[in-house]
Amino acid sequence: MTRSFLLATGVLLPASLLTILIALAYGSVAIAPGDLLAVIQGEGSRLHNTLILDLRLPRALAAFAAGGLLGVAGALMQVLLRNPLADPYVLGLSGGASVGALLAMLAGLSMFSVSVAAFAGALLSTVIVFGLAHGTGSWTPTRLLLTGVVVAAGWGAVISFLLAVSPTAELPGMLYWLMGDVSHARNPYPAWGVLVLVVLLALPLGRTLNVLARGPMQAAALGVAVRPVEWTIYVAAALITATAVMQVGAVGFVGLIVPHMLRLVFGNDQRVILPASALGGGILLTLADTLARTMIAPEQLPVGVITAMLGVPVFLFLLYRSR
Amino acid sequence: MPPHTADPQRHGDPRASGTESVHEAPGPDTLLATHDLVIDIPERASGAPLDLTINPGQCWGILGPNGAGKSTLLHTLGGLRAVRAGEIHVQGRPLPEYSRAHLARELGLVFQKHHDGFPATVLETALIGRHPYLRPWDIETAEDYAQARAALVRMDLAELEHRLVDTLSGGERQRLAIATVLTQNPRLLLLDEPTSQLDLHHQVAVLDHIRGIARDDRAAILVLHDVNLAVRYCDHLLLMFPDGKACWGPTRTMLVPSALERLYNQALSTGEIDGQPVFMPNIP
Repeated sequence: MTRSFLLATGVLLPASLLTILIALAYGSVAIAPGDLLAVIQGEGSRLHNTLILDLRLPRALAAFAAGGLLGVAGALMQVLLRNPLADPYVLGLSGGASVGALLAMLAGLSMFSVSVAAFAGALLSTVIVFGLAHGTGSWTPTRLLLTGVVVAAGWGAVISFLLAVSPTAELPGMLYWLMGDVSHARNPYPAWGVLVLVVLLALPLGRTLNVLARGPMQAAALGVAVRPVEWTIYVAAALITATAVMQVGAVGFVGLIVPHMLRLVFGNDQRVILPASALGGGILLTLADTLARTMIAPEQLPVGVITAMLGVPVFLFLLYRSR
Repeated sequence: MPPHTADPQRHGDPRASGTESVHEAPGPDTLLATHDLVIDIPERASGAPLDLTINPGQCWGILGPNGAGKSTLLHTLGGLRAVRAGEIHVQGRPLPEYSRAHLARELGLVFQKHHDGFPATVLETALIGRHPYLRPWDIETAEDYAQARAALVRMDLAELEHRLVDTLSGGERQRLAIATVLTQNPRLLLLDEPTSQLDLHHQVAVLDHIRGIARDDRAAILVLHDVNLAVRYCDHLLLMFPDGKACWGPTRTMLVPSALERLYNQALSTGEIDGQPVFMPNIP
């Protein structure tokens, strides 16, 4: 376990730094490495300073934090449901958070209340999906996914309705609740705070999650207080998703792709996979956003388009393989 | 001998089966005791209350037909299911007073079915038996690995250490589950059909091993389907009848052919090998 942890952090930490540097260097205007170095050393030109420190850096940090949160949320839900297809977007948590936030914004509430409403929306979605999928019958992957997909579709319809009744002028700035877009990201530091906190809490919980992945009965027999741990994860997943959605809207599939890739390389120990998912999710979303900014520059793509293009094939592959 | 026909009048009297429960009062060393325990099987009438006393050094066999509640009883004794009535005491203290982690150091369970979640290696799977002993920030030490490896050796799995669990055969997976509980190293083992998927050699090897553990300060309770293995390896038997009745006591007092025939609703022939009774089903 120690070896794969060191390997994972040894690879992913430098890769994270490199990713952020790439995000700073590329965009509608590419910046030469020498100029980038000059800006980092505080000797850059005014134009480069503004472009990199005021525009690209906050955006890269926002993308990284949101991606990291989505990666961790996906990894947590997959353990809890013992299903590699679980993801906050696919199961409708992101949709619930978007609806909560959107309603609060339309009601003209403060930013803090909007965040609380996003959390409430994500938590409501969690309770609906897991409550219905659990039920009294057997908990099959099909049943869970169907419940999640239908709930997600329902939230999508509610968002479309809210957008339809909103003033036309505000539409372009609100569409990201549907597909995710980093260009509207706000201050990235609260998201970073949540991300660091979650990873620090996930590390000591990791071994318990390893045991929980073997089913609630086996976990209880090995000394896990199953119900409290499950509820902790439900609430944590909702909080993490809501924080990410507040940052970048409903970006999909990061929580699906990242833990899956990492498991192939680093094995299944949650003490490795959870922090690795934080870094891996950050890397993926930052790169995807860089791509979204450069592909059709000077126009920008919403980053959710890119993650969906990557995520849908991965999802279908996993579904195909799990038969 | 013809199979016993259902006769509710006779069921009411435990003597009717030719056996009688032997009640032992719990002592200071008793590992597990039940007092008027009625297990909770949803939508089923309550069975007879159980007053079991499991002492160190004992190996109990639970026999009964499918659906008699053997697994439910085992899960209830392990604290995984609520009781319908009565009490369970673990080493003199009521079971609900234990934290899950503490209980997992005293009682270890092996289930009939094994869920593996995400692929893990054989060694990683055995190693989770150390979970009850580790604090949240602890990482498994060399000592923990040594215990898991020793358990794999005892279950004849040492060469499979690096194999992924989902590539194992049913019998190998079952031995891995037993190796995991051996790594957990509890004082009381609760094993649900531990030999159901094993070949003849491994049935004997595993039961020999469990019998070897259930000595001194330890004990084991096994749900078994093979009466003859139960006779050979268990010093106490609990017979759970399909109508909810039960009787229990030292093995020699339980081996009444008519009781076993009624237990399984199956005619039996009795023989003797090495001074031990042997039961064979009569095949028409």
